Amino acid sequence: MRRLRGALAPYLMILPGGLWMAVFFVVPLVFMFSVSLMTGNIIDGFKQTWHWQNYTDGFHTYGDKLVRSLWYGLLATVACIALAYPAAYWIAFKGGRRKSTYLFLLLLPFFVSFVLRTLAWKLVLTDNGPLLGPLRNHGLLPSDFHVLDSGFAVVSGLTYNFLPFMVLPIYVALERIDYRVIEASYDLYASRTQAFLRVVLPLSLPGVFAGVIMTFVPVASDYVNSEVLGGPNNVMIGHIIRTEYFDNSSYALASALSFSLMALLLVGIFAYARALGTEDVLEAAGR
Amino acid sequence: MTADRQAAANRRGASDPALRRGLTTRRGFLGAVGAAAGAAALAGCGIPGRGGNGIVTQADIDEYWHGRSGKGHINWANWPGYMEDDRSTIKAFTKETGISVTYKEAIQEAADWFGKIQAPLAANQSIGFDLMVVTNGIQFTELVELGYLAPLDHHRLPNFARYASAKAKNRAYDRNNIFSIPYVSGITGIAYNSKYVKEPITSIQQLFDPKYKGRVGMMSDSQELGNFGMLALGIDPEKSTEDDWKRAREVLRSQRDKGIVRKYYEQGYIDAVTKGDVWLTMAWSGDVYTLSSPDVKFVVPKEGGTIWSDCMMMPKTAANPVDAIRLMDWLYAPQNNAPLTEYINYVTPVPAVQDIIRKDAAEASAKDKPDLDRLATSPLVFPSPEEYAKLRTYRSLSNAEVPRYQKVFQTISQGA
Repeated sequence: MRRLRGALAPYLMILPGGLWMAVFFVVPLVFMFSVSLMTGNIIDGFKQTWHWQNYTDGFHTYGDKLVRSLWYGLLATVACIALAYPAAYWIAFKGGRRKSTYLFLLLLPFFVSFVLRTLAWKLVLTDNGPLLGPLRNHGLLPSDFHVLDSGFAVVSGLTYNFLPFMVLPIYVALERIDYRVIEASYDLYASRTQAFLRVVLPLSLPGVFAGVIMTFVPVASDYVNSEVLGGPNNVMIGHIIRTEYFDNSSYALASALSFSLMALLLVGIFAYARALGTEDVLEAAGR
Repeated sequence: MTADRQAAANRRGASDPALRRGLTTRRGFLGAVGAAAGAAALAGCGIPGRGGNGIVTQADIDEYWHGRSGKGHINWANWPGYMEDDRSTIKAFTKETGISVTYKEAIQEAADWFGKIQAPLAANQSIGFDLMVVTNGIQFTELVELGYLAPLDHHRLPNFARYASAKAKNRAYDRNNIFSIPYVSGITGIAYNSKYVKEPITSIQQLFDPKYKGRVGMMSDSQELGNFGMLALGIDPEKSTEDDWKRAREVLRSQRDKGIVRKYYEQGYIDAVTKGDVWLTMAWSGDVYTLSSPDVKFVVPKEGGTIWSDCMMMPKTAANPVDAIRLMDWLYAPQNNAPLTEYINYVTPVPAVQDIIRKDAAEASAKDKPDLDRLATSPLVFPSPEEYAKLRTYRSLSNAEVPRYQKVFQTISQGA
């Protein structure tokens, strides 16, 4: 009896999580996939017609927005790494007793609503606002220069909004590094650069890997930033899916686009994992 | 392998090859069941249509209103700029009737609003509002067709019968005002900031002028945007054909791709034109007076503008319909409507308001007089028949046309 209970234990432990995922992830996913092959409209209803054309239609109309979303996602993720790594490094190794204070300061803006923060950007970056107005008046910027409603504003907004998701995993990875390992490398006549490149960086890669997954995926499907900070040429796929679904009630096309996006993101992440060598990375992360 | 080791292995169960095979087949079986269930779900019966609810009889109306009584409260969803900042019209209503009102500027764009309320209404649930204001457009028709609106009991609307203008009654989008009565009407034209634009704006063509590259705002609403594309080509939107739509799309696309359009706006245009992010933009008449600085001017272009009506209506799941319809009727009494019109500067459905504003102007202090005089004679608030002739109305679209229309115009603001 005890043996039976022992054998069942792992299944019992996975049961709540598994059920949760089944009910709130798998079932909607299957349903959504089904909807993505339907035709119809909200007045007359939608019927299952195995209309694969929804996918080709979606690509035909919005393919460049899909590509743009992945491109913006990539740019923002790289920018996040560039900003987050030094910050996390400094906090982990030079933060001393105040480490948690610095981390808290980094997270502080996130106690303010996401939409509110993005809207606040608008106030600051408006053409004749407190930042650009004086610069232009002093001839430092060309008269038609603007930040709002541009790709730069969207990518900056994305970077800013998702930065903590990059800082935290990198910080955790760096924090765990045993300082004696670094000392050992110095003892073996490594220079500071070598010690960083050959000891610290490889040990922190799992953190970067986790950070990339946690930023790239939500960034590429984000819809708030492109809507608020972008112009007509910066529309991202998340915004399109939202308007197709909620404003136009074209459920089939919106579902097809969602699946296309999901497929592209999965391919992207697997390619990335492959390139970085997941085996090592995940193993190191698991240690 | 000795016998007792074999037996031990058997006891361990899972490592026994035969058992393992059993597990695989069981797993295979489960997999097959799962796949079958998945396929069944995929082939599922679809999402049923809910159209064809636009026709109601007197019996339906009586049934809806039978046995309902007031509860002393109203939740009202409206657009920005549609009520005095201090909400004095609502306060006057509450003072007179004892009915309290929670007023929210919850509606930013018709399509967006429809998207928010569609799911709860389809499930016959409350949307948290008893009264809402929706433009006579695609979404209005969908709300009617889907049976999401409560039919109005006109016995409870004596002021509407008595004071409403002919233009507010029995319009094509809602025959006999079964579901709605207008809150205000307004004109879509062009607003420009005279601090930056140094020439008079008179024509829609100026929205397409490369000289204003990156300084033009357009509306994201597919009907507003499509109308202006058609007007630019000299097409009357009301009589347009699908080919006209496609021609208008090309004009609007090239305007976008040349970088002339800075942004497609829902409500933000008024803020942007006031700050100078855009210099000229499609705009709604009253917003310009109510929400922007004196530098911003409004014109009806010579090709014509469009006139629309924002209508008061109740979702069928309204918790307080008796109170809400009382407010709707109360707003049609000229003395109640006049202060509101003086503030929001839109076309009122109550013509008698003009006399009240004239009287107010005659009695006003030197400070308020010029503004009230302007208002009493403003063609944007009290259009004359000649001005009405310049204004076009939205094209009414059939169920079959809506997706085609949306495919042509909704995609423009999304960059496709």
